[in-house]
Amino acid sequence: MTIKFSEEKLNAVKELIARYPEGKQKSALLPLLHMAQDEFGGWLDVPVMDYVAELLSIEPIEVYEVATFYSMFNMKPVGKYMFEVCQTGPCMVNGSDDIIDYIKNKLGITVGQTTPDGMFTLKTVECLGACGYAPMMQLGKTYREHLTKEKIDRIIDECRKNASVNN
Amino acid sequence: MAIKLLLENAHIEGIRSYDVYRKHGGYRSVEKAFKMTPDEIVEEVKKSGLRGRGGAGFPTGLKWSFLAKPEGVPRHLVCNADESEPGTFKDRYLMEFLPHLLIEGLIVSSFALNSNHTYIYIRGEYAWIVDILDQAIAEAKNNGWLGKNILGTGFDCEIYVHRGAGAYICGEETALIESLEGKRGNPRIKPPFPAVQGVWMRPTVVNNVETLAAVVPIINNGGEAYSKIGIGKSTGTKLLSACGNINKPGIYEIDMTCSVEEFIYSDEYCGGIAKGKKLKACIPGGSSVPILPANLLLKTAKGETRIMSYESLADGGFATGSMMGSGGFEVLDEDQCVVRHTMSLARFYNHESCGQCSPCREGTGWMYKILKNLEYGKGKMSDIDLLWDIQRKIEGNTICPLGDAAAWPVAAAIRHFRDEFEWHVLNPDESQKRNYGLAHYADPIHVPAAVG
Ligand SMILES: Cc1cc2nc3c(=O)[nH]c(=O)nc-3n(C[C@H](O)[C@H](O)[C@H](O)COP(=O)(O)O)c2cc1C
Ligand code: SF4
Ligand code: FES
Repeated sequence: MTIKFSEEKLNAVKELIARYPEGKQKSALLPLLHMAQDEFGGWLDVPVMDYVAELLSIEPIEVYEVATFYSMFNMKPVGKYMFEVCQTGPCMVNGSDDIIDYIKNKLGITVGQTTPDGMFTLKTVECLGACGYAPMMQLGKTYREHLTKEKIDRIIDECRKNASVNN
Repeated sequence: MAIKLLLENAHIEGIRSYDVYRKHGGYRSVEKAFKMTPDEIVEEVKKSGLRGRGGAGFPTGLKWSFLAKPEGVPRHLVCNADESEPGTFKDRYLMEFLPHLLIEGLIVSSFALNSNHTYIYIRGEYAWIVDILDQAIAEAKNNGWLGKNILGTGFDCEIYVHRGAGAYICGEETALIESLEGKRGNPRIKPPFPAVQGVWMRPTVVNNVETLAAVVPIINNGGEAYSKIGIGKSTGTKLLSACGNINKPGIYEIDMTCSVEEFIYSDEYCGGIAKGKKLKACIPGGSSVPILPANLLLKTAKGETRIMSYESLADGGFATGSMMGSGGFEVLDEDQCVVRHTMSLARFYNHESCGQCSPCREGTGWMYKILKNLEYGKGKMSDIDLLWDIQRKIEGNTICPLGDAAAWPVAAAIRHFRDEFEWHVLNPDESQKRNYGLAHYADPIHVPAAVG
């Protein structure tokens, strides 16, 4: 994979940098890392981070230390679909433990693992601001709320279908 | 009927779009504010008695008046939309369904503080809300409310949404500022305060989403009218995000005179405890505030009815009271285990500690480990005292209040539910069944008054 944004993306990068005062282009680091992660395979490999450093004219180490601080940046490859299930108090009292166990059994993986076909990764996360709609998980850019076992079944089917359509 | 200032129009179809929002009186406060001087707006906010809705409850007008104004140095308003305190999901609701209300409040506040570049720092997981806000900003700009020389006033303003990437600590205002500068979210040592040296070392005001939205009704109706709603120093209305074991979880706007009992049991709000269970305990203001057992929740230690105001929720201090905090209202029913719940929160704080100060970095890890042992039947009686000792040593000894926020829930759980911890030690085999029950914490003969 060549690590380079398209012209269109590069214009977006320029627009992002222009939001911050001159000389403070480092402020665009988090937005750029999000873009890079979306674009280059769902995680931040070292060459990807180096590319971001180059775009912002900062040292690679400045990117590494930031990327490793934030939980949304993946430091190793993840599945095509990542189930990020919230396990904090308000979700817990509404059955998130059972949902996590159900997903583990259904996919045959434990927390932090990816299915052998590279399709699903299961991750537990802390409160995502959906406590009233518990149990819940993040899937890509959206939230899936009021989870039940049946709903998990449907989501898994939906992901498999989407994957086969997109291939 | 409750007074609604923020959510008044939330039910209107299409209110997310500019045209509908404008038709229902949107952006009037900007027109009004532009006829005032910035100082007059700050005065109006002071008069309103508005207190910061992010958790600390600091008077907003006063905070604004502290903003330094050195010659030739730009100033910035930053909206804190990091919303990550467990139990709290109200800002999300405002941004998702009433994005223009926030943008309107931001324009007025930016004018008052002379911020030409205003930023909304939003938690990274709210990715779809970024699109909603971006669209609202674009609409506002197309209609002349943002950009250069707005409505011919000579005031320029741009609003940008800046997406975080998963870190509770970035809700702390100096960590947020660091993060906005593209760094790790490590809180700064204060002073200097953001009002003097904030983002890019420029004077900065950081305010919560709900705080900035509340500026709209304050300017529309006047600070004095706003201050007459509520009670004591709890003026205006407050959004609560209700969750846990209740029939109607969701977002409610209250004036702060309603009783806790009414809030939990009335159909207008939480609709009572789910599945006909009994109330055991409640964390009334987000995970950082002390948990209260049912008896102390509904009535203060003095036997007075507890109401949903800053003062009443805090009545009794930490010994027998709690706090309004962020308004994340979590209810636990009789089946919930306080040890397990506290363990979950300890894991949260351990996960979210930025690691700069050892009492917080190490202490949150120890607390989580000890609580895990207790919960899984491997605890000793002396662990309970050890836990108490650790939380005492974290509190007040850290750079930022996350240390306190991690200590308080543990302290309150031991203070009010010590026998539940002891029960776990004495019954290791049963300790995971999670159903220690009500014991003496709830008033079992409690019949909700005035509710059918
Ligand atoms: C660990 C920690 C997390 C916080 N998270 C948030 C948050 O998510 N949103 C928020 O508005 N304030 C949060 N705060 C409070 C902010 O530091 C700050 O007081 C607030 O944004 C000020 O706005 P206000 O005066 O309008 O409440 C947090 C504070 C701490 C110590
Ligand atoms: S108290 Fe915790 S979160 Fe706050 S600065 Fe210290 S280590 Fe970081
Ligand atoms: S506790 Fe799960 S979303 Fe808040």
